[in-house]
Amino acid sequence: MTRTRSQWWLYIVLTLALLAVIAPFVWMVLGSFKTQGELLQNPPTWWPQAATLDNYTRLFSRLNFSQYFVNSTVVAVAVTAGNLIFCSMVGYALAMLDFPGRRALFLLVMGTLLIPGVVTFVPLFVLVTNVGLSNSLPGLILPFLVSPFGVFLMRQYISGLPRDLLDAGRVDGASELRIFGRIFLPLCGPALATLGILTFLGSWNNFLWPLVVAQEESKYTLPVALALYSKGQNSTQYGLLLAGATVVVIPVLAIFLAFQRRFIEGIATTGIK
Amino acid sequence: MLQSLFMSFTDTRSRDLRTPFAVDVVGLENYAKAFSDPVFRKAMLNTAYFVVVGVPLTLLMALAAAVALDRGIRRLRGLFRLGFYTPVITSIVAVAVVWRFLLERDYGLINTALGWVGIDGPNWLGDPHWAMPGLILMASWRNFGTGMIIFLAGLQAVPWMLHEAAAIDGAGAWRRFRHITLPLLRPTMLFVSVTTGIGYLQFFEEPFVMTNGGPLNSTISMSMYTYRQFGFGNYGLAAAMSYIIFVIVAVVTAIQFRLLRENT
Repeated sequence: MTRTRSQWWLYIVLTLALLAVIAPFVWMVLGSFKTQGELLQNPPTWWPQAATLDNYTRLFSRLNFSQYFVNSTVVAVAVTAGNLIFCSMVGYALAMLDFPGRRALFLLVMGTLLIPGVVTFVPLFVLVTNVGLSNSLPGLILPFLVSPFGVFLMRQYISGLPRDLLDAGRVDGASELRIFGRIFLPLCGPALATLGILTFLGSWNNFLWPLVVAQEESKYTLPVALALYSKGQNSTQYGLLLAGATVVVIPVLAIFLAFQRRFIEGIATTGIK
Repeated sequence: MLQSLFMSFTDTRSRDLRTPFAVDVVGLENYAKAFSDPVFRKAMLNTAYFVVVGVPLTLLMALAAAVALDRGIRRLRGLFRLGFYTPVITSIVAVAVVWRFLLERDYGLINTALGWVGIDGPNWLGDPHWAMPGLILMASWRNFGTGMIIFLAGLQAVPWMLHEAAAIDGAGAWRRFRHITLPLLRPTMLFVSVTTGIGYLQFFEEPFVMTNGGPLNSTISMSMYTYRQFGFGNYGLAAAMSYIIFVIVAVVTAIQFRLLRENT
């Protein structure tokens, strides 16, 4: 017997499963071009009978989605940049440098990794409010600039690099910052890429925190705006909501498809989405 | 973290934010209040339902997909893997908005598909008995991709020689799967069930967008009810509730470790 003998019936089963997994997205995109009347038809249609861009124009002109799009992008880019810088620094220190309390610090980081976000969000909210950052974009960004997961990821990766590089750099008289920035950081490419993609997607899709902090409409991120619109007076504007969902999903899908190989490898090795 | 522990023992409300020393320590009152609140108890039951049904279903789908991709087919593996993983990376909010329409009684896609095979689909989100299964269906659909990827990595580690030896001894495919693959996958299984379980214990977006906790509180989750109390300004109570969630997460994780480790 061979290791992998392709079985034709499995292809059929898997193809059906794949269609079931993808169908909601296809339906979402197609539905966003339909009119309200067509969306309420029974039985439902696949292709838009009278395709219209109406939903999108209303989304961006009347409902301010361009503002939310900008907010989401600013927050996600800032959070990603912060994680790339700070997580690699902390990870490097934990992996390569000797200082008292290193082990304790690492255990502390691991400990916070296990705490569910629900537990910290009330005191975090109080903290952010007390420093006057609630209802502001910095309030959405600052708490997430460094993450225990990112520190752990970078620490594991840097631990695998040869320590000799550090000694060589010191012998040659390079400053500590230079050793980190010029020798180690360029070697961290794959880990940084994984961290960057995961952080960007996580931030883009983040919901609970922006929902709590962004109290004013002008500070909403896309998921918050979409969730609140889906409950408010627009809750029956199906075309509008499907167009909103499309706007939230498509950038993420594009990034995912562009980087999918690196991404899936990252999941398999770290196990965290 | 410690601050929230302290806060859970006080009567902090939103107006106390400016005067942090004016709050009174009320001891275990918040915890007592939480446990005696019928809605919170209902939320605990709902969360248990979601986890107890949702985690095994997600695990089963993930394992089936992983085994089929690893052993059953040779070509197009990457395509299927990519496709099955796609829902995981998308925003739960967006997905929940879409699924709200898919689960509609009359013009929803799911009931239309059920109609093809002669089943008259229920009024998923409008019926207290069917709303939770609807949410579980959606959560499993969205999350099984993560488990699948991790199972795929775990399956690579199963030595093929064991399978050949067992095949020579006359063991069929199912027996080999049960007695070789499954035991060797135990650590992977533990990992996937723990991470999925932790996520499901905190489920929030699904009821928030799709049902708002209804109908008749049949889908309100612990996280959602905590958020609601927080929204009312009852910070001390919300902190106490979030601690209850935390303790449950820790206990369930410990139990899963025990269960999956002992049977080896």
